[in-house]
Amino acid sequence: MSFLLDLWTVLAVSAGVFFFLAGTVGLLRFPDTLTRLHALTKADNLGLGLVVLGLLPHVGSLMGALKLICVWLFVLLAGANASQLIARFVKRSEPPA
Amino acid sequence: MTMALVLDASLVLLIVGIATWTVVVRDAFPAIAGYAVYGLLLALAWVRLAAVDAALTEAAIGGGLTGVLLIRAAVRLRSTEAAARAESPGPLFRLFAALLAAGFAALLAIVILGLPDPAPTLTPEVAENMAVTGLGNAVTAVLLAFRAIDTLLEAVVLVFALIAVWTLTPDDYWGGRPGPKYATDPDGLLAYLGRLLPPLGIVVAIYVFWIGADLPGGKFQAGTLLAAMWLLTIIAGLQDPPPVSRRWLRGLLVLGTVVFVAIGFAGWPLAGYFLAYPESHAKPLILVIEAASMVSIAVTLGLLVVGPPERSNGS
Repeated sequence: MSFLLDLWTVLAVSAGVFFFLAGTVGLLRFPDTLTRLHALTKADNLGLGLVVLGLLPHVGSLMGALKLICVWLFVLLAGANASQLIARFVKRSEPPA
Repeated sequence: MTMALVLDASLVLLIVGIATWTVVVRDAFPAIAGYAVYGLLLALAWVRLAAVDAALTEAAIGGGLTGVLLIRAAVRLRSTEAAARAESPGPLFRLFAALLAAGFAALLAIVILGLPDPAPTLTPEVAENMAVTGLGNAVTAVLLAFRAIDTLLEAVVLVFALIAVWTLTPDDYWGGRPGPKYATDPDGLLAYLGRLLPPLGIVVAIYVFWIGADLPGGKFQAGTLLAAMWLLTIIAGLQDPPPVSRRWLRGLLVLGTVVFVAIGFAGWPLAGYFLAYPESHAKPLILVIEAASMVSIAVTLGLLVVGPPERSNGS
């Protein structure tokens, strides 16, 4: 059982790290602000979510697990809103093509 | 072991790298962005040193609030930035500044590397006497019992900073509302976030304050969170900051200091000297001071970010 849990942690955290890596590459390589934002939200939402899911079996207490999930939800909320605000600012400051 | 070493080494490299970049970069805005990242990385470094209290404060103040303050300052200075860059100092002056800064850094390095090993510490004394305070968090015990005078003076410094900001008020607007009027879409995204986040943020802030007696946390981190929630509702246009002439506002600004000083003077007859707590009541008294300070810190930090009054009382 503990072997399966460890395997789950390794798989989920690795997948999360992959999304962070992909998001970072996208942030550095994509041509304009909107696509870069798109890349960044993948790292925030999926990457952090998978890392949190992977760590859940090792938290040890229900409160700790709930706190971890709350951290993820707060980051989801902040990330989604911040990228919307940045995108709106970009759209306003650029003349329509 | 080696993994931890790799993590620490890369953290140190990142911190030194971003610090250098922040100094070298010419524009104000990227420098501020770099400084905020620097604050967050420094918070990680504190976590690695097992100083979670310092990490929380660094993340809230260094990574968050100072960044907002500096961005507002940069926006204000934007019109003068080109002129400031035109009068670039001569090579001799720059050499002198570089030598001075490098000399100071070298001096700090010599002092820190020259500390005896193990470094002098008061940790055993704190651990020995902590039971008297009834607190479980050694940092809170030091801040509010053993070195209470330092914490008291820190709170006073914050109010002085706000007075310095308020002195920038044009005469016509003295006593008016601080900051610009934020007119945002009442059904827009910011207004949505401004309604959704503050209830959650206030709960988290009170949790951070309450847990500070026994675990990392406390009034400063909680006050910063409260200030952030207040600022969010202001920027979202959901409420206007009150005019700075309001008596209740000024009362809230000094509440923490007044309660602290009052309890400090009460220590004279009750426990023998200034800022001493009667032994059986130490923890409740410390909680009262912390709660009052949290409110004052939140209001002071919020008003620091909002800035000096820019509108007359009516508008």
